Amino acid sequence: MKTLSDRTLRQLREAIALPDLSGTKYRMIRPIAAGGMGEVYLVEDTALERRVALKASGITLFPEELARRMLREARIVARLEHPSIVPVHDVGMLPDGRPFFTMKYVQGSSLDEYIGTSPPLPDLLRTFHRICEAVAFAHAHGVIHRDLKPGNIMVGRFGEVLLMDWGIAKVLRDFSENSAEPAADTVGMEDASATSPPENMDTARGTVLGTPPYMSPEQARGDAAHVDERADIHALGAILYVMLTGGPPASGPPAPPRQIDRTIPHRLEAICLKAIAPAPEQRYDTAATLGEDVLRFLDGLPVSAYRENALEKGMRWAARNSFVLLLILAYLLMRLVVFLAVGN
Amino acid sequence: MHGEAFPPTHVSAIAALGGDDRKERARAREVFAAAYWAPVYRYIRLRWNMPAGETEDLTQGFFAEAFGKDFFRRYDPARARFRTFLRTCIDGFVANAVKSAGRLKRGGGAAILPFDFSEAERNLGAAEPGENGVEEYFEREFIRSLFSLALDDLRTTLLERGRELYYRLFEQYVLHDDAMTPRPSYRDLAAEHGIAVTDVTNHLAAARREFRRILLEKLRGLTASDAEFREEARGLLGIDPE
Repeated sequence: MKTLSDRTLRQLREAIALPDLSGTKYRMIRPIAAGGMGEVYLVEDTALERRVALKASGITLFPEELARRMLREARIVARLEHPSIVPVHDVGMLPDGRPFFTMKYVQGSSLDEYIGTSPPLPDLLRTFHRICEAVAFAHAHGVIHRDLKPGNIMVGRFGEVLLMDWGIAKVLRDFSENSAEPAADTVGMEDASATSPPENMDTARGTVLGTPPYMSPEQARGDAAHVDERADIHALGAILYVMLTGGPPASGPPAPPRQIDRTIPHRLEAICLKAIAPAPEQRYDTAATLGEDVLRFLDGLPVSAYRENALEKGMRWAARNSFVLLLILAYLLMRLVVFLAVGN
Repeated sequence: MHGEAFPPTHVSAIAALGGDDRKERARAREVFAAAYWAPVYRYIRLRWNMPAGETEDLTQGFFAEAFGKDFFRRYDPARARFRTFLRTCIDGFVANAVKSAGRLKRGGGAAILPFDFSEAERNLGAAEPGENGVEEYFEREFIRSLFSLALDDLRTTLLERGRELYYRLFEQYVLHDDAMTPRPSYRDLAAEHGIAVTDVTNHLAAARREFRRILLEKLRGLTASDAEFREEARGLLGIDPE
């Protein structure tokens, strides 16, 4: 028996984890990421001669269960045709019994990395607004993501955003047309039992799904019955918190962003705190209204989350209308000069 | 669904070690010794800071005493993981041997098992315990031993089936161990062996599949219970049963 070097051992461990692509049209290039339910690999689609991302589950003792989950994720993503949601190309089973699906290969950086480059605040907020739009689109189609976090969001070279990893998404209702029967993904994981209520199996079990500290309190409690769109809004608020302060909110009552950085505007802080409010009913009703509030902040308009006093209103008006204000001041100054000159 | 990820039968050498069937026990001892002699040797060398010659004697002595006195009858899976129990046994044995220094002379009455100690000495310096100490080191050495055994079996199995090319490709691609030269691409391998790239993909996938099967079968044999097997598969091999 020959002693294996650490390098060989590592390669062997990788080899047993790699999905079996024999007999498929895909050729392995390299692993690129670890997702919620498995690994994501960069592969070549040899038929179309293009690179795609292939997500395959890990080896499992319960392949049928995982196959259902993977198929469900693929179908959820497939129903969400949106520029900020990665399109699915193919779905199936590999020769080693692992379910897989392929999707567009996205090049860019994760939101984590993007924030790390310290872009200007308006750029960050515009990116955040795009994220809100994509989430609002998913919600409008009855899907909540449940695992929104900077690591699951890609930012492209031109500022475009892509929401990834819908592995633990929950389908609240079926919005598909011609749906005489419930869509398969609505039944999703519980279709192993015809007697199950139309809920997701993980939900029925009260399993805690998500990623602290982006997870809402109701998710963290495993309070499945109360997890709805507002859980995603909490995660969006936590993402905004990261954008403003550089770090995620602490568990328990988080420090208001201005306690960390006094330069953060009050109105922005209020938007963030409203989004991460512990009680769902205190948060924004929709991701769209959260995004709109951020957009209103960018445009120098009042935001719904913050009641301004007269001075703040004036300051905001002045900031928004600085050119007009300068013109008025210049005019008044000119009048003063003329008055003084004539007076003399 | 045609997943073949896990071996269907449960033949545990660890359970048979403490059993009453002499024939089964003898087979189990063989399996156990093959998997654990190198980790035990390396563990004693580094944990007890022993010179090579004495470690050889202690390793032989440990296996002889463990089998002779049926240490493994005392193992209770409900109380500890098998390797934790094993390390306790090794430490107890070595501590006693150190106390009664000289008792274990070369050979020391112990049955001489055919261990290749010079092989176990290879790369010993590079394999020193990391920050997490001897426990993690022992785990790592067990994995190394398990993979080495599985690799030996893979070669035997593929050669017996006339699949030399499968093993050759596996060796060239997966076992490529030269940091100075890049790993050959599938295209390079296809050109070298005069086959299509898809054949390289398929042959390598088949070899990987066989290797995974052998590895899991070996692991199954070296765990005491189904629950422990699942836990080991997840912890050691990254094969997640959830």
